[in-house]
Formats: sequence, structure tokens, C-alpha cells
Amino acid sequence: MSELRFDNVTVRYGSTTAVDDVSLTVPSGQVLGLVGESGSGKSTLARAAVGLAPVDSGTILLDGKPVPTRGRRRPLQMVFQDPYSSLDPRMSIGESVAEAIPPGLSRAERRTEVERLLELVHLDPDRLAMRPAALSGGQRQRVALARALAGKPEVIVADEITSALDVSIQGAVLNLVRELQRELGLTILFISHNLAVVRYVASHVAVMHHGRIVEQGPTGHVLSDPDHDYTRTLLAAVPGQSQSKGSL
Amino acid sequence: MRQLKSVLRTPLGLTATLLTIGVLVLAVIAPILWTDDADAIDTSNILAPPSAEHWAGTDNLGRDIFYRTLVATRLSVELALAATAIAVVVGLLLGTAAFLLGRRGGRLVNAGINIAVAFPGILLALFFAVIFGVGATGAVLAIGMAGAPAFGRLTQTLVAGIAARDFVAAAQVAGVGRLRILLRHVLPNIGEPLAVNATISAGGALLAFAGLSFLGLGVQQPTYDWGRLLFDGISSIYVNPWAALVPGFAVIIAGLAFNLFGESVAKALGVGVVGGIPKLPSVAAHLDDVEPVEDTRHSTDDVVLDVRNLRVTFPGVRGPIRPVRGISFAVRRGEAIGVVGESGSGKSLTALAISRLVDDSGRVEADRLELLGDDLRAADSKAQRQMLGTSLAMVFQDPMTSFNPTQRMGRQLAESSRHHQGLSKKDALERAVDRLRSVRITEPEKRAHQYPHEFSGGMRQRAMIGMGLMGTPALIVADEPTTALDVTVQQQVLDLLASIREADDVALILISHDVTVVGEVCDRVLVMYAGRIVEDLRAADLAAAQHPYTRALMAAVPDMHTDLDQPLAVIPGRPVDPSDVPEGCAYAARCPLASARCRTEDPALVADAAGHRVACWHAGEPLPLEIEDRELEEAEAS
Amino acid sequence: MSLASSVAPAPRVRVTSHPWVRFGVRRLGRLLVSLWVLITASFLMIHLIPGDPVRAALGPTAPATLVAAKREEMGLDDPILVQYWHYLQNLFTGDLGTSMISQLPVSDIVAQRLPATLSLALLAFICAVVVAVPLGVTMGVLTRRGHGRRTELGFTTTSVIIGIIPDFLIAVGLVYVFGVSLGWLPVAGNDTPSSYILPVFALMIGPAAILSRIIRVEMVAVLEADFIRTARAKRIPARSLYLGHALPNALTASLTLGGLILGSMVAATVLVENVFAWPGLGSTIVSSILNKDYQVVQAIVIVYGATVLIVNTLVDVALALLDPRSMIRED
Repeated sequence: MSELRFDNVTVRYGSTTAVDDVSLTVPSGQVLGLVGESGSGKSTLARAAVGLAPVDSGTILLDGKPVPTRGRRRPLQMVFQDPYSSLDPRMSIGESVAEAIPPGLSRAERRTEVERLLELVHLDPDRLAMRPAALSGGQRQRVALARALAGKPEVIVADEITSALDVSIQGAVLNLVRELQRELGLTILFISHNLAVVRYVASHVAVMHHGRIVEQGPTGHVLSDPDHDYTRTLLAAVPGQSQSKGSL
Repeated sequence: MRQLKSVLRTPLGLTATLLTIGVLVLAVIAPILWTDDADAIDTSNILAPPSAEHWAGTDNLGRDIFYRTLVATRLSVELALAATAIAVVVGLLLGTAAFLLGRRGGRLVNAGINIAVAFPGILLALFFAVIFGVGATGAVLAIGMAGAPAFGRLTQTLVAGIAARDFVAAAQVAGVGRLRILLRHVLPNIGEPLAVNATISAGGALLAFAGLSFLGLGVQQPTYDWGRLLFDGISSIYVNPWAALVPGFAVIIAGLAFNLFGESVAKALGVGVVGGIPKLPSVAAHLDDVEPVEDTRHSTDDVVLDVRNLRVTFPGVRGPIRPVRGISFAVRRGEAIGVVGESGSGKSLTALAISRLVDDSGRVEADRLELLGDDLRAADSKAQRQMLGTSLAMVFQDPMTSFNPTQRMGRQLAESSRHHQGLSKKDALERAVDRLRSVRITEPEKRAHQYPHEFSGGMRQRAMIGMGLMGTPALIVADEPTTALDVTVQQQVLDLLASIREADDVALILISHDVTVVGEVCDRVLVMYAGRIVEDLRAADLAAAQHPYTRALMAAVPDMHTDLDQPLAVIPGRPVDPSDVPEGCAYAARCPLASARCRTEDPALVADAAGHRVACWHAGEPLPLEIEDRELEEAEAS
Repeated sequence: MSLASSVAPAPRVRVTSHPWVRFGVRRLGRLLVSLWVLITASFLMIHLIPGDPVRAALGPTAPATLVAAKREEMGLDDPILVQYWHYLQNLFTGDLGTSMISQLPVSDIVAQRLPATLSLALLAFICAVVVAVPLGVTMGVLTRRGHGRRTELGFTTTSVIIGIIPDFLIAVGLVYVFGVSLGWLPVAGNDTPSSYILPVFALMIGPAAILSRIIRVEMVAVLEADFIRTARAKRIPARSLYLGHALPNALTASLTLGGLILGSMVAATVLVENVFAWPGLGSTIVSSILNKDYQVVQAIVIVYGATVLIVNTLVDVALALLDPRSMIRED
């Protein structure tokens, strides 16, 4: 069991409050979609969870215990938005993945593990000596997923992982996220500005606005019968949703 | 290595490399070969002018200046390298301290560096020369310490640049320690620029040393470097000027050698081949055999824009590149046309071509290219500029960078009315305020006096539309106008465009990667792939698209009605690189329907009775249900 | 009701929240901290010198009683914090001490020499800007993307080479050509207006080359910017495009470097003054270092350093006036 819980978390940068007293639970083995517009604080919340942003007050708990942000064992792993920035251009993809494997394995065992991970994300293990530059954006994002899985995480934080990709590749990455979640029973905090994407991958949704969570609940419920005005505004703005607008 | 070879390919790089090697070789062998000649005292031949025996004359003890200059190479180079080493080591420690020490300690070190770099190097060198004392050792320490802050600042900037990248964050999240991240991720990625700058500063140190010695603060007699020779020579410049000029040249040549070698390597690493792009030859034959597409459906009277067989070509390293390869369409008054495609499909370039904004280096050709009956292929004229300035409105993708940051908004809007409608400054500004109001910007008077950075993204995009409305546009070309905006703001901008169309019967070309947006706003949709239109259909017919690419685009992105139990459609492989367009149908490599014919013969864009145009040998055929992952993998590899 | 709303207190604007005020406070703070570092460093300079500075200045033959008396007079035997306190006090009253060699008040020496140095640096800077800006802008337009590759290569190579050659070597060359060979121009002192020609030229040529190269690069970069495309879409004449839109932005980007160049020009006078026997601070500091006249050195270091710091501050203010974003960027 691995439930990620934010209790009254606040993150400030100077005088601006990026995350304002947020309480949120990502249920074990489920995908929670966190939606919001730019500047809503959703990425800051994600970075706070993995220790990349300082938490001013509140606690982030994994199964009731504080999330470790020091030392080698990191049960929370993150996948970043831009796969062109998240892989070291000077390291082979095999090295990048291996770096995230917890220590204590022999050389041969590490190699087997890297190969297993690459296969898991549908990349040919023969490619582990390749540099990121030789890969497409979608393939790099799959390497990034493999690296996140290498740390044997209980929870994965995925921050806008499809928004830097061309439309033709987005589908492949989303399919992979759903497949991994189902097969490995992962808990995923899935952050996106795109409601349709969240609807497709997440069982639960939280809506963030000006640093606060304004609404959360099961995806079907929130999207079909929203309680909060802001959620309704967001839903109304999704293109293709309101076909009648075209005839205005 | 490849980059280093390219250094040798440029005349400057080759010269610099040879000179650097020459200086280093001389530094090693000169003292071995000529020390005796350089130290030979000839009191009968004091301060002699150049002669066959003494090429550069002699000094006040009758010693040969030329040999002394050669021998001085070693000491000069040694001292410069020693000083550089000090600068690099201290600079590296200072520059990486911020990364290792964390927030607070790092800020303190950085503040120190910032204060130190504010002082010019010569001042720091003098300061340290006082502390370390006059002489060679003191000067090495002084020049080294004086160079350290600048090197520290460079290191710090480079480290900060790498530290901000996500792969460093990823390593942190994986539990990798700070020092290990520095050694494994940060330093390897900044090694090249650091090495290059160290080389350049070695040249600088050489010159600085000459400066200190020249002031009498560096090397002291009886030892001598170039600066010391210069110092001695200048006192007798009226008797034998060569005693000063020869060591002077030596300093300049050696300093230039190191500097230019560093600069050449920097350039080779940064920008690749410097030799220039070969001139654009007459476009290769196969590029020109594009069949002009017959498209005579539209009557000409209400046509705003008429484009036939539009091609855009750029010079490339390996021959001309043609990202737009023969496009034909027309836009009628009040009509909204959407252009969709992936990055690199040529959609944005098409927008620039029809608005005459393609870079000078690109060549725009067409069988016909008319806006409101005016031939846009004709030479640029004042009349045409005025027509374009008032009848064509452009909206660009990124509202953050599309306004001049140093000018107030009102002035930027007013500018076109001042030029094209002859309005006075005051009248033009008034119109700008009125136009800002018309695009629903509140308090337009106040806003007109603000700078772009004081506007929000959505407001800026509306102001951009307002700028297009300063004239009386017949056509608005909007290139990804909402991609950089949030969904709620996107909706406002799209609504605004729609209401302008309604009110004034303005035609719209909306370029987007998002089929759903285009489908919602436009009457007709052009789907572009690899510089061609592959399908042209009514927006209402999108669900019944015929081309496999259009169908895949529709199914690859989830919308609010996507079936949650099915995987999303996947388009394997990558978009076509415009410099390497394959034979036959450009989409064939990614297409599940592709046959042998597709790989050899390019299908023409053919219209059916209803005006639905499609370019595919297998238009409308059923798609195979699912692509296996392995297959996908192989396709991406190709 | 309407009355109530009209007397309602205006929303309180916190003074410190205005960007200009915040910018001013921050920039002034940085200037003061830098000045403090400068003053403290120059104070420490004397104490970091190995051995006894007074003995060094007076020479090994000076009687021990004289050295002791001098030490006493300078307060060198007091605890260091006391010395530091006196040093600061004296600085604020304009007392820079007395030269150990000439026995003249240091403030007199500085006041007498400073104008010659400043006028030289300022004149050279003006000449450099007058040459570099039009040259850089023209080159930028001529070599914008897809244009004038040969011109760019020739210009860049030339300007790099000129920029690297140190000013004192150019000075030596000028002395040789115009003084020794041709005998056209004076090569020493600052007695006649024509005395300025060679030193100013020696000082300005390198910075002019560097500055014009930077302006060209900035100009090319600005011409690629999105807002230039927007301006082109307005179909304004080329002159308005280049001078109205591109130039101010290119200059804004080059201004920081311009400030650094002005600062380094003040310092570069040290070498050039020595070539031309220019009666300024530069020749004085070198002779004082050689004579171990440390109080003069101390004072001149402070004057040079403070000039550079003030120039940098002025540049930042100018930058903020030209481009209001630069104030915020520092936050």
C-alpha cells in the first residue's frame, strides 16, 4: 500500500504563495490527475513532493510517514515535462537509467535490470549505449519513465509529460502510462493542463486554482457534475466540447 | 574530434592552431638552442641598429635583441600558464561553491564574485602586485588572482545553466549526492566551454604579464620575459626602436595565437562549420516537377487570397531545402480556413509566405499568389506595403516575445496608422486606444501607456489582434495564436476572432497543431504533411476524413468523448525532415495502408464532386485496428 | 452612501512596493556594500604586505628611531580594529594620509592628478562609442541572417584581432610611428590639445573593436526576434525597422558591456599613461608601488575602484530607464 497525502502544504517563493494550504490524497494504486492553468501551483506541488521545492508548512506523507528527501532510497520518483532537458546529453541512456537504480547490485545485475526496465517501456534493450540525441522525443520520454521506475518507486509524479511532445507521439506515451499503472499497480500523481488527457488516464481529479485545490473527486463525477465554478469554466473552455460555438 | 577538425578547415583557425603550436615549440627549444647567443655581451656594439649580424639590433650591453626575444618565449609562456592555472583553479572553486554549499552559502559566494568582477582585471592585478610584491612570483599570483573572479563568474553561470536542467533535478530525486552530481553531470557538460575559455585567458594572461613587466612590476633583471624586454627597449626607443618593437610583436603574436585558437575552437563547438553555406544553386530538377494542381472551383470575385502551387525554398548545407512544396488554396471573403499539421509540416512557413514575411534567404515561388487581386510575387513597392499594412492582419504564436519590450503598447499599435493612414501622432494614439477597447481591453487609455511586460499573455494576444485592426483588414492570418495560452484564455481569444469575422466579414487563416481547435473555429480545414496539403475538407466532415494521416491525427489526441477502454491511436515514426523528403508519398513510412505504389509515386491532391480534396492512393480505406508495440518500435527506429 | 464612498480611504500603496523604489534601494545597497569591500580591501592591503611597510618605504638604511616615529605617527602599532576605525574616520573627512616619499597630503596628489586621467578615459570612451555604434549597427544589418557571410568573417576577424592587442602595445606602436618615425605628434605630457590624440586613440581602438563586435551580434540577434517580425508585418519602412525597433533593443543588450568597457578604460589608463608620461593617476600609482609609497597606492586604488563602481551603477540606472524589465529581472 502506498498512499500519498498532502496535509495543509504551503510553498512560498519570496512574497508569493505558490501553493496555499493544500490537502490532497492520491489513493494507493490509483492515478490522480491534477489540473490547473499555468501559475496555478500544480508543478510546485509536484516539486515539493519530491523535495525540489521547499515546503514552508504542512506535511507530505507516504503511508502516514514523511517522504524521505535525503539519502539513496527515494520511494517517490518524478518524470519531467521536457524530455530534451531531463536526460544528460553526455550519458548513454543505459547510464542514465542505471544511475537511478538503488546501490547494492553487481555490475551484471545492474545491466540486467536496465535491460528489463527498457523492455518495460517498450524500448529495445540493445539501445542502452545510445545517447539521448539519437532518440525521438517520445523515446526519450520513455527512457525518463524507465529511469523513474529504476528507483523502485511506490509513487510516480508525472509533470506535464506529454505537453512537450508532438501530437502524433502523445498517444503512445499516454498508452504506456496507463499500461504501466495497470501492470505495476503504481500510484501516480499525473499533472496536466489538459482535461481530456487527465480524463483519459486518471481515476481521480483535483482542480487547482491560484495555489488552492478548489475541487477533487472521482474523474467521472468531477467532469460530468462539477461543484465549483472554476471547474465549470475550465470544462466550458475545452475545445471540441462545445461544438455549437462554431456556428456562432 | 570532428569539431576540432573543423577548426583546421577555416583559414583563421588553421593559422591560430599553427601559431599556437609554433609558440609552444619555441618555448621548449629556444632556451636550449640560443641561450648563449642571447646572453653574449658585446660592449663594442651597444644599442646598435638592426644589421645582418644582429637582426633586431642590440641592447645597452650589446646583447642580441632577436635571440633574447626568442629565448624569452619560455619564461613568458610559463608565467602565463602558471597564472592561468591559478585563475582556473581558484575560479572553479569559487564558481562551483554555490552549487555545493546550497542556497545561503552560495548566495554569499556569488555576491563576492559579483563585487570582484566589477573591478577591471588590471586594477586587481595592481592590488595583488602590491600585496605579493614586485617580481615574477608576485606577478604570477597577482595575475592569477586577478583572473580568478572572471573565471569564477563564468563557471558559476555555466553551472547554474546546467543545474537548472531537469536531468540534474532527476538525479537529485534519484538520491544522487551533490558532489557526485557536480562531478558526473555538471562538470562534463561545461568542460568544453571552460577549456576554451582557459585557452583564451592564457592569451590574456600573456598580455597582462607583458603589461606588468612593462610597468616594471613583473620580471626583474637579470631574468627577462617579453614584457621586461619591452620595458628596457622603450627607454631607448629613439636610438633603436626595434629593441621595443620586436618583443612587442612577439607578445602580440603569442597572445593572438592563444586567443584566436580558443575563439576558433569555441566557434567550432558552438556553431559547427564556419565556412559558410554554399550558394543556392538553381533548384534541382526533381524539386520542380510538382504538377500544378488544377483547382478552378472558386469564382474570383469574392476571393481574398488566391494561392497556386506555392513553394518556399531555403539554401541548405547539402543543397536547397524546400519545406513548402506546392500548395494551392483560396480563401473567400469572411471564410475561416484552418491549417493543421505537426511541427515541420510547413504550416507556419506557408503563413509567412502568403504574408510576404519569409526571410530574405528563403525563396518564395508560386504560379499565382494574390491578395485582394494584388500580385504578391511582384517587387516590393510602397503601394503594396500600404495595401498589406492595412488589409492583412497577423497574429503570432508567442504574445510574450512578439511585442517590442522597449516601447509602450499604444505607440506600437499607432505605428502602422502613422505610416499607412497618414495619421498624426495624437490621432494614431487615439485610434490605438479605440482599437484596444474594441478587443475588450479594460481601461485602454491607461493600458496604451504601459509596456508589454505589464500585460498578461491573453491581453497581449488581444492587443496583437487590435494591432491588426488598426487598418481595415480583409484577412487575418493567425499562426498558433493560442498555443502559448491557458485554455480559458484561449477561448476568449478564439471568441474574439470569431466576433471580428462576424462583424466585418473578415477572412481568417488559423494555423494550429490542434485539430479540435481548428474544427471548432473554422469552416474548412487544410491538413498539411511534409510541405504539402494532404487533405482539404469542410470542418464538419472531419469525422469522415479520408486521408489516413488526418484520421490518425484525430484519434491520437484524447478529447472529452474518447473511449476510455481503447488505447489511443499511435502514429509511429517521426515527421519528415524537410531536407530529406522521401520518394513517393511522404507519409508512406508511417502509414498502415502504405503499398508499393505509395513509396514510389506521390499521389496528387484530387477533388471530389463536393470539393473535398485528398492526396492518397488509399483514401478512405479501413485502417488496421491496432499496431503492435514491437512494430511501433521498429518504425520509430527507422 | 455616495458621500461615504467618496471619503473612503484610498487604497494604501506601500511605498516599497513600487518597482523604481525597490530598484533604487537595492542598487544603492549594492553600491554601498561594494564600496565597503573596496575600502576594507585597500585598508587590509598594507597589513597583508609581508614585513614592515614603513621600513620598506624608508629603505634599509633609515634609522630605527625614524621608522618607529613614523609607525607611531601612522598608528600602525594600535590594535587593528582601532586602526580600521581611524582609517574610516579619516576617509569620511577626506583625509587620505600623507605620502611617505614626498610628504605631501595624499588628497592633494589625487586631486591634482585625477582630472587628467578622467578626461583621458572619458574622451576615449566617447570616441569608442561614436565609432562603435554606427559601425556595429551597419555591420549588423549587412550581416543579418542569410546575408554578407564574407563581410561578417572579415569584420569579426579584424575586430577580434584589434580587440586582443593590449592598449599599451598599440601605444608603443603609435609612439614609434607618429613620434619617432614621422615626428608629427607629441608623445609625452598633456600640454597641448594635440597631446590627447595618441593616448585617446591607443585607449579607444581596442574597446571600439570589441563594442562594435558585440553590437553587431546583438543587432543580428534582435533582428531575429519575434517582435521584429511583428514590426515587419506592419510594413513600416526599413529605416523605422532598424533604427526604431532594432537599435534600442540592441543597445540595451550592449549597454552592460559598454559600462564594463568604460570601467576598464579608467583602469587601462594606468598602462597608457606610463607610455605617454601622462601626468595622471596611472603613472602615479606605478611609481608609488615601485617606491613603496603605500598610502598613495591605497588612495588611488580606492579612487579607481570607486570610479568603476559608480560607472557600473550609472549603467544599471540607464538600463532601467531604457528597458523597464531589467529592474524586475534582478528580483
